[in-house]
Amino acid sequence: MAAPVQRWSCVGKRWVLAYIDGGSRHGRGAAIGFTSRRKRGQSSVAQQPLVTAQKSRKGEHEWAAVVGLEIHAQISSNSKLFSGSQVHFAAPPNSLVSFFDASLPGTLPVLNRRCVEAAVMTGLALNCRINKKSLFDRKHYFYADLPAGYQITQQRLPIAVNGSLAYSVCVGKKPSQVSTKTVRIKQIQLEQDSGKSLHDEPRSQTLIDLNRAGVGLLEVVLEPDMSCGEEAASAVRELQLILQALGTSQANMAEGQLRVDANISVHHPGEPLGVRTEVKNLNSARFLAKAIDFEIERQIHELENGRKILNETRSFDYKLGCTMPMRDKEGKQDYRFMPEPNLPPLLLHDTASLPPGADPQQVINIDWIRERLPELPSETREKLIQQYGMLPEHSFALLNEVGLLEFFQNVIKETRAEPKKVTSWVLNIFLGFLKQQNLTVNESPVTPSALAELLNLLDRKAISSSAAKQVFEELWRSKGKTPSQIVSEKKLELMQDQEALERVCHTVMEGHPQVGVGGRRKAMHFSAC
Amino acid sequence: MRARAVRLGLRSWVGWRRGLTSKADPQRSGSVTAEVIEHLERLALVDFGSQEAVARLEKTIAFADRLRAVDTDGVEPMESVLEDRCLYLRSDNVVEGNCAEVLLQNAHRVVEEYFVAPPGNISLPKQDEQEPFSHN
Repeated sequence: MAAPVQRWSCVGKRWVLAYIDGGSRHGRGAAIGFTSRRKRGQSSVAQQPLVTAQKSRKGEHEWAAVVGLEIHAQISSNSKLFSGSQVHFAAPPNSLVSFFDASLPGTLPVLNRRCVEAAVMTGLALNCRINKKSLFDRKHYFYADLPAGYQITQQRLPIAVNGSLAYSVCVGKKPSQVSTKTVRIKQIQLEQDSGKSLHDEPRSQTLIDLNRAGVGLLEVVLEPDMSCGEEAASAVRELQLILQALGTSQANMAEGQLRVDANISVHHPGEPLGVRTEVKNLNSARFLAKAIDFEIERQIHELENGRKILNETRSFDYKLGCTMPMRDKEGKQDYRFMPEPNLPPLLLHDTASLPPGADPQQVINIDWIRERLPELPSETREKLIQQYGMLPEHSFALLNEVGLLEFFQNVIKETRAEPKKVTSWVLNIFLGFLKQQNLTVNESPVTPSALAELLNLLDRKAISSSAAKQVFEELWRSKGKTPSQIVSEKKLELMQDQEALERVCHTVMEGHPQVGVGGRRKAMHFSAC
Repeated sequence: MRARAVRLGLRSWVGWRRGLTSKADPQRSGSVTAEVIEHLERLALVDFGSQEAVARLEKTIAFADRLRAVDTDGVEPMESVLEDRCLYLRSDNVVEGNCAEVLLQNAHRVVEEYFVAPPGNISLPKQDEQEPFSHN
């Protein structure tokens, strides 16, 4: 594996070999151009990077990694994409399966309106062009959890194309050094999910549960504009937040509602792109960046040692922390795409092209959906920054935790304290306690009202900030007590009487005559706080 | 109308066939190479187990090839015979499911309400591992 002395690290877009003895870094000013990714069954034109190619010098160690993503998000709907069986996470095996899902002969697909609306909403939120006419195709492959032997998808003409997704990454050591990056969205398409396979190796069999077969998926294809695991993870996180804000998908990776496949390759800046590998089944937010970075390092090492990269499919082993080739995906897959003969083209309208006298249930109006798009995370963050003078990184942190924004807003409503104070308390102290005890915001023993009251006391200078922290700890531990009660119980009130304060100071100073003038001044200052 | 329907159904065949002839360049047009047979068998899980089967395949392709005699210049390809129909949109209600027992009756083997399948994908034995049959 990796040689112990050297580590590849991602500095912006360039992978640089850093020697532990703090030696030289090979700097290159080469910019990395964009290239469209080669998709299965299609050929795409590779554009050479827009840079005068510099001959790679001997001992040149700089590598550029290129990461593209295919993200599958389960659509949040009551029933499946082409049948009326229920969509639900945990249910007895094969209980949410209709005859069509089981691919019994004589059954036909019937498109779910809600899934189309979800696709249009997502496309609009991601700045895509919505195709007024889109087509359904069959993608053939054999696997036990795909009863029909094909998946209905949208390969030729998907419902939305050419969008963009903005996300932020840390560019320096400090959390405040964030910059916004954009990744282009190649397309968004509707497709069916497959069933679930439970491999029973000892008995040499696979158990199949078709509850998930036929559930609607949105496949979001991100162009290879990302260059390391952190960027990919940030983009996925932002997409997750957008989908949740729209309500089109709950995008919970732990429940399999959001699955990511990554296409990864490395090359020297200025040279053509390298052979890519596909890493499938990245289903955990935690391991997404790790898996991608591991694969990048693996490819660099293989190439550095004179070997070639195979265009293969790999999966990530969470326990070992490495990618391994997948047994069943040897060789190039031929999916034999054909038009889905049982579904006519999907036609969408806008206000201008609505057919008169049409059944509203049978017609989808893009403009109508656009007008009713909910507020996106980027808008919410912008509002927080404008309204409360918040720093951008704080707005990100508030949106990153489920329920935290609502908590913050409830505290703001009930307190007179400055928003900056509230932000600091919510993000540092409140969130700190939550993380320490691994709780969600909903499970917090401290209510927004309680925190608001505490901040009011602090604002009125009734207590010191250190006392406030003590009160908070007590609030967390014991339920039912209000901050005021705790303050009087523990006698944490600040002395307000000026004369009494002076007497205390004099007593202290007389007790310590050796302390100099500076010390006395400090003592006076301390008791006046 | 019927010609359109025939053209649609065999359109994917024709496209594939075009690819075939370019691959089978050195051979005389009309014969299907062993590599193509193996590829097809793997994809479609069909067993072209005999020379007759391959001959039948070649005849089928030749039959479909006659479509090339039709002049399609300036004619917009069809999506499907249904392309003028309206795609019906169903409301998002749960109306099916809850019939595990009925579905599992179809299964050869069942374990606790799960269908049972062989592990992973069983790949076909390679060409040289099969019973050899002569093919020119």
